[in-house]
Amino acid sequence: MFGTHYKLERYSIGLVVAIIVVASIGGLIEIAPLFTIHETVEKAPHMRVYTPLELAGRNIYIREGCYACHSQMIRTLSDEVERYGPYSLAVESQYDHPMLWGSKRTGPDLSRVGGKYSDKWHSEHLNNPRSVVPQSIMPAYAFLKRTELRTVDLSMDLAALKRLGVPYTDAMIKNASDDAKGQTDPDGSWADGVRARYGEATNVRAFDGDPGTVTEMDALVAYLQVLGHLTDVAHASEPGVSK
Amino acid sequence: MTVAGRHDPFGIHGIIVLLTGLGCAFCLIRDYYTPEPGADRLSSYYDEPIKAGILLALIWALIGMFFGDWVAWLLAYPQMTFDADWSSFGRMRPIHTTGVIFGFGGNALIATSFHVMQRTCRTRLADQLTPWFVLVGYNLFCIIAVTGYLMGVTQSKEYAEPEWYADIWLVVVWVAYFALYLRTLARRREPHIYVANWYYLAFILVVAMLHIVNNLALPASLARAKSYSLFSGVQDAMVQWWYGHNAVAFFLTAGFLGMLYYYLPKRAGRPIYSYRMSIVGFWGITFFYVWVGSHHLHYTALPQWVQTLGMTFSVMLLIPSWIAAANALLTLNGAWHKVREDATLRFMMVAAVFYGLSTFEGSFLAIRPVNSLSHYTDWTIAHVHAGTLGWNSMIIFGAIYYLVPQLWKRPHMHSPALVEFHFWSAIAGTFIYVFAMWNSGITQGLMWRAYNQSGTLAYSFLDSVMAMHPYYIARAFGGLLFLIGTMVGVYNVWRTIQAAPAHLTQTEQPALPGSPQAAPLVGS
Repeated sequence: MFGTHYKLERYSIGLVVAIIVVASIGGLIEIAPLFTIHETVEKAPHMRVYTPLELAGRNIYIREGCYACHSQMIRTLSDEVERYGPYSLAVESQYDHPMLWGSKRTGPDLSRVGGKYSDKWHSEHLNNPRSVVPQSIMPAYAFLKRTELRTVDLSMDLAALKRLGVPYTDAMIKNASDDAKGQTDPDGSWADGVRARYGEATNVRAFDGDPGTVTEMDALVAYLQVLGHLTDVAHASEPGVSK
Repeated sequence: MTVAGRHDPFGIHGIIVLLTGLGCAFCLIRDYYTPEPGADRLSSYYDEPIKAGILLALIWALIGMFFGDWVAWLLAYPQMTFDADWSSFGRMRPIHTTGVIFGFGGNALIATSFHVMQRTCRTRLADQLTPWFVLVGYNLFCIIAVTGYLMGVTQSKEYAEPEWYADIWLVVVWVAYFALYLRTLARRREPHIYVANWYYLAFILVVAMLHIVNNLALPASLARAKSYSLFSGVQDAMVQWWYGHNAVAFFLTAGFLGMLYYYLPKRAGRPIYSYRMSIVGFWGITFFYVWVGSHHLHYTALPQWVQTLGMTFSVMLLIPSWIAAANALLTLNGAWHKVREDATLRFMMVAAVFYGLSTFEGSFLAIRPVNSLSHYTDWTIAHVHAGTLGWNSMIIFGAIYYLVPQLWKRPHMHSPALVEFHFWSAIAGTFIYVFAMWNSGITQGLMWRAYNQSGTLAYSFLDSVMAMHPYYIARAFGGLLFLIGTMVGVYNVWRTIQAAPAHLTQTEQPALPGSPQAAPLVGS
């Protein structure tokens, strides 16, 4: 064995090939089957996609690095299920490009935070966390309320995700910008289109408390309020909860 | 880029790229009229890019560590954000991680690899332009990365945050780096390739593989910074942590073991303890490490079989890791008196010890039930910093204190006392940091899972946040001590360079050794 190596280390290309082969094996065996074994991701036939406003909110969540302190992955441990709700299933993040499971909980897990607090609470909390939770160490995001959301590009975002396999329809892509505005204005003319395309259960509200301009606060709160509500399969196995 | 992205941070990055390009073009044109160098140039080592790489590494160390300590204080005093978007923890944390890992670590790796490859091959770098292209190109990548975070440009993939255009650029730079390495190896005047080069090669190759796969993404538009990862959900999680953990393996371990395997024996004046341990350690690390990424996903929606494989290989990984650490420490046999007297060698010795300790801790934390307590807590942060402060930074500083006097033609550093001061402040900082985070991590983990007698959860999440406050202050203080040590180190390097003989020019580069000597670094 050491004799062979004594010869191998005289050839740089031999070393290069050997390193590539040895370092590829583990990755291939662990990653490739995840794409081919069908049980890896559960089935959720009625799962909906993010609306353009929620997607914009998700992109703000990414932009601000929220994932550095908040996980979106409830582990199969009893204390976590009790604290945050049913443990997370793979299918719940099947449309998440990329996933935001996170690796650190400086703040609590957010995978089921949707509907847990009111829009007003979220808006005030993001504006100044210590106004509602005095001991909080979260940064204040007051600029979200002041910043208008850029909606003209959203069609491109939906189109890109469609090419990656997220089932957005052509009508969703075409109306992305209007749907973003419509979702924050329940009495406006665009609101019905949002419900028609994304389902009656979609939250259509003035998330930041102001139905006028669409702000980044609208988008982020809309995203937080839908977390854990794209599908209810995770609740299906719970006793006493009917699907 | 500048024109297409005027509504987007993409445009600002276009301007940075444009200015860098103009600067490089100016430097090239300026040298157009200089006379053709004589043939004697080829008989000397080319050390200028190494000097530049060391200085860049130190600049990035100051930037990265400053931001690290800044965000550490933010966790204790969250009001310090000036009501601005760029100043929150979320945007500044990746500046810290990218600054120290890629800026400080990466530049140190590139600089030392240029040095080690020339010395162990007894030959000059294959050409003059490529090393500069690699160095400038790599630093352009780092600058685009950190300025992007301030503007909110990120893919959210930890340690792979830069967006698609920066990623493509890094691939170009990396291919040039790999080609330079192979071309220099091809010119070697030593039949055998020394073990440090195996590690540097594995670092270059596997990091390329990881970087390309994990960053596969579709840009929303060619005029925007935003892109969407090709992978989603559980597959994305596995790809990300296959990348994430192997960035630790091949960036922060393989490359740094290359450093250790050259500078520690050189400084100690002893050959490597065992050739066979080098072989077993190297191939064991290269093979086992790739499997262990899934231990970041215990108890998640990742299939159980992948978690189990990850845990098993993580435990097995301890064997090659400790073989590599033991090989380094046993090399010091017969030179321990030098460790006592020489702070530079002591930096390297402590690095090897911390390498052994943090690999043990890593294998331990990868065991599923242990991970149930430690995951998501500050224990992970303690573990990472034991590795990065105790192992990576110590070996870099050891290598720098070895290299700087040699490259700038001085008998020793400006002040050996300041090297001692740096050593002790770095050690103290590391210990305070790691102990604070161990305590806070275990406290957090225990509070989250504590039940009271009636069978309900004993603490709210907020209780655990409040319990962290004293530890966060201690951690920020430990980080500050480490940063102060680094500042002293930079001052010392600066004074050493200033005292260098002014007439030192290109023609007086160190000469290549005439005939191959019969004193290889490898022992029995």
